Amino acid sequence: MSHESTASPVASLGTAIASRIRHSPLILPLVGLALVSIAMAFASQNFFTVDNILNILRQQSIIGILAIGMTFVILTGGIDLSVGAVMALCGTIGAGLMVNMGLPGAVGLLGIIGVGVLFGLFNGFLVAWGRMPAIIVTLATMLVARGLGLVYSGGYPISGLPGWISWFGTGRISGIPVPVIIMVILYALAWVILQRTSFGRHVYAIGGNETAAQLSGVNVKRVKLLVFMISGFTSAMAAIVLTGRLMSGQPGAGVAFELDAIAMVVLGGAAISGGRGLILGTLIGAVLLGIINNGLNLMGINPYLQDVIKGLIILLAIYIGREWR
Amino acid sequence: MLEMKGIRKAFGPIKVLHGVDLDVRAGEVHALLGENGAGKSTMMKILSGIISADEGTISIDGTPRNFANYNQAIEAGIGIVFQEFSLIPYLNAIENIFLGREMRNRFGLLDRAGMRAKASEVLGRLGVDVPLDQPIAKLSVASQQFVEIAKALTLDARILVLDEPTATLTPGEVEHLFKVMRDLRARGVALVFISHHLEEIFEICDRITVLRDGEYVGTSETAQIDTDRLVEMMVGRRIEQNFPTKPERSGMPEVVVRAKEIRLRKAGPVSSFTLRKGEILGFAGLVGSGRTETALSIMGAYPAATVDVEINGNPKTPSNPTEALARGIGLLPESRKEQGLITPFSIAQNVSLNNYAKYRTLGLFLDLRAETKHTQKVMDDVRVKAPGPHAACDTLSGGNQQKVVIARWLNHNTPILIFDEPTRGIDVGAKAEIYHLMRKLTEDGFSIIMISSELPEIVGMADRVCVFRSGAIVATLDGAEISAETVMTNATTGELKYVA
Repeated sequence: MSHESTASPVASLGTAIASRIRHSPLILPLVGLALVSIAMAFASQNFFTVDNILNILRQQSIIGILAIGMTFVILTGGIDLSVGAVMALCGTIGAGLMVNMGLPGAVGLLGIIGVGVLFGLFNGFLVAWGRMPAIIVTLATMLVARGLGLVYSGGYPISGLPGWISWFGTGRISGIPVPVIIMVILYALAWVILQRTSFGRHVYAIGGNETAAQLSGVNVKRVKLLVFMISGFTSAMAAIVLTGRLMSGQPGAGVAFELDAIAMVVLGGAAISGGRGLILGTLIGAVLLGIINNGLNLMGINPYLQDVIKGLIILLAIYIGREWR
Repeated sequence: MLEMKGIRKAFGPIKVLHGVDLDVRAGEVHALLGENGAGKSTMMKILSGIISADEGTISIDGTPRNFANYNQAIEAGIGIVFQEFSLIPYLNAIENIFLGREMRNRFGLLDRAGMRAKASEVLGRLGVDVPLDQPIAKLSVASQQFVEIAKALTLDARILVLDEPTATLTPGEVEHLFKVMRDLRARGVALVFISHHLEEIFEICDRITVLRDGEYVGTSETAQIDTDRLVEMMVGRRIEQNFPTKPERSGMPEVVVRAKEIRLRKAGPVSSFTLRKGEILGFAGLVGSGRTETALSIMGAYPAATVDVEINGNPKTPSNPTEALARGIGLLPESRKEQGLITPFSIAQNVSLNNYAKYRTLGLFLDLRAETKHTQKVMDDVRVKAPGPHAACDTLSGGNQQKVVIARWLNHNTPILIFDEPTRGIDVGAKAEIYHLMRKLTEDGFSIIMISSELPEIVGMADRVCVFRSGAIVATLDGAEISAETVMTNATTGELKYVA
C-alpha cells in the first residue's frame, strides 16, 4: 500500500515519529519523572548529585525487582499479592540453610531461588489449573508464605551469615551499588523476554484478549503458570539483595511491599486489566516512586503526611493516564 | 387489542425494519416468524420501549401509545419473557417476582407473607408447582420460565410476549407451557409467540405473521396455511448476490475430518459429518441450533458430552485448541473482537500470534524483521487495507480485521479452517472479497467449514451443507439439493437422531 501514501517521505517520517512518541505508553511516566525531578531539584540542591541518585536507585532496588515479576503477572491480567511475603520466606529459609544447617553459601542462594520459584509454581498452578482468581489465590498464599517463614524461624531473625553475602546488599562495582546492578540486569532480561520472545508476546496476548489467544492455540495455562514462576523468581532475587543488606533472614520483612510494586507497575503506564504496559515503564515507575520518597524526606516532611502525599500523587497519575490510551 | 403499524427502524446506516405491521387480538396466540435477522427481536424491543421506532405507530385498545422505556410498557400491560431470562440467580422465586416493587407492611418493612401469598396464587393459577424458597439458579429452566411468566402476570400483563420460550425445554415441559398458554388465551390475554419450530407454531398458534429481512411479508390464519407455503414466505425470492462459481467436483477427495459421533448434551441428539479436502462444507441452521458448538467441539474448544473425531486418519480427538492447531485446524471465530483478535496488537503481532517458530533466531528470540516481511506478504495475499504491518488492529474496519484473522491462518498454513459467520458485520464489497478468498483457499487445498446464518451465503458458497436443528445435524445436502427452501425446511422441521 506504499504507493497510496501522498505526503512527502520526510514529512511522513516526521509525523510517524511524532505519532509514535505521542502514542508511546512511556511518554506519561517520562513526563512525570521529569516534572518530579525538576520540582525536587528546586526543593533541594542535594537532589541532583550522583550520590543521591545512586542512593535512590539503591533504595528502590528491592521493590523494583519485585515489580518485574509483578509486571509479567499484571500484563496477563492477573496480580500477585504474595511477592513481599514470598521474599521474606525465601530469605528466612536461605538464612536457615546457611546458618542452622551449616550448608555452603551457594546452596543457600540456590535454596532461596528454589523456594521462590516453587512458590510461584504453586500460585500459578492454583490460578491456571484451579481456575481461581489471582487476587484471592495470592492473598491466601501471602498468608501461607508469611506464616511459613515465621514458623520456620520461630519468629526471630536468623543471623550469623557468611560475610560475603553482604556484597549482594551493600557491595559496589566501580562505585555502583550491586543491588542496582542486579536490578538493571534483571530489567534488561525482562525486556528481552517480553519484547523479543514468543513467550513475551503470549503474555501480552493473554492480557489483551484471553479467549482469542486460547482459540488461536496459545497455551494459556502454561503462560499463566510461567508468569507466576517468574514472579516467584524475582521475589527470590529481591530476597538475596535484602538478605545481603540486613545480613540476616527476616521473616517479618517486606510487609506491604506488594502494594509499592503494584504502584510502580501502574505508574509505569501499564493497564491493571492487562495487555498493555512496558517493562521500561515499570523501571521508570520505580524511579519515580523513589524520587517522591526521597524528595519528601529531603524536604523534611512529616512521615505520616508523606504517605498521604504519595497516595494522592499515585491517584493523580492514574487519573491523567486514564484518558490517554 | 395490540396494533403496530408501519414500524421502521435503522441503526445508523443499516435499516433493520422497513415498515412492519403486527396486530394481535385479545385471546389469541400470535406467532411471529422469520429467519435470523428478520427483525423479530427488534419489533419486540420496540414494543417494550427498550428501543424506539423511527417511524410507525403502536396502539393498544385503539389508543396510540408511545413508550419511552420498559417501565411505561409494563404499566400499559405489556409483559415480555426474554430468551435470556432477567431473573437474579441467587434470589428465590418470590423475591424475583416482586423485584423492584416489593410489597411493604405498615412498618415499612417487607411484607413477606403478603408476597408469598400473591406469588403462590399466581403460580397456582398457572397450574405449576415451583419451589418458592429455592434460589432461582437451582430451578429447572422450565420453572424459571414459569417464574418469568408469573412475574409478567403479577404486573397485570394483558399482552404477553414469549421470545423462543421452548428453545431449552424438554417435550414434556413444552406441553405444560402450551397448557398454560391456552389457559391464558382463554382468559383473554393476547400472546405473541416467537419460535423457530414450525410444528409448535401449528400446534398452538391461531395466526402467524412472517417477517423477512425487516420486511412485512404477511399474516395468515394458521388453519389456512401449510409448511411449504410458510417456508416460502420466510425465504422468498432474494436479490442474487455475486458469489464465485462453485468448481466442478469430480470423484471423492480424501476425507480430512471424519466426525463419527458428536453429542453436545448428555442424552441429546447425535451428529456425524465428514469434511473432504478442498471443499466448503456449510453449517446451516437457526441461531442456537448447535452449529458453532459442534464445530468448536472438533477442536477441543467446547465441552460436548461425546466427541469422536478422526483428523487426517488419526483417531485421537483434539482436547484443546493448542493441540488442534498442531493437528492443522484453525478457527475464525464468530466474534472477531471478543474471540479472534488481540485488538491492542498490531497486524503483525496478531498474524504471528500462534506461529512464532517461524521467526526465531537462535531458537529463542523473535526476528522482528522477518515477522514484518512475512506479514506484509500475507497482508498482500488477502488484501488487507492498512498503512502497514504495524498498524494497530483496533483502527481497522470490520472487513479488514476479518482478513487479519484469515491472514493468521494463511501464515500458519493450517489446512482445515473453521469460519464462523465470516461475513457478519462486513460491507458488501469486503464480503465479495472474502468469498473469493475462500474459493482461492479451497483451490489451494484448504478445507473449510463455514458456519453461516445467511441463507444466500450458504446456498451460494457451500459445496455441501449440514443443516442443524435443536443441537444436531438433521440433514446433509449435496450439490443441486442445496436451495434456500430445502435448507429452511430442514432447519425448521428436520428429524433428530438419538443414536449414532
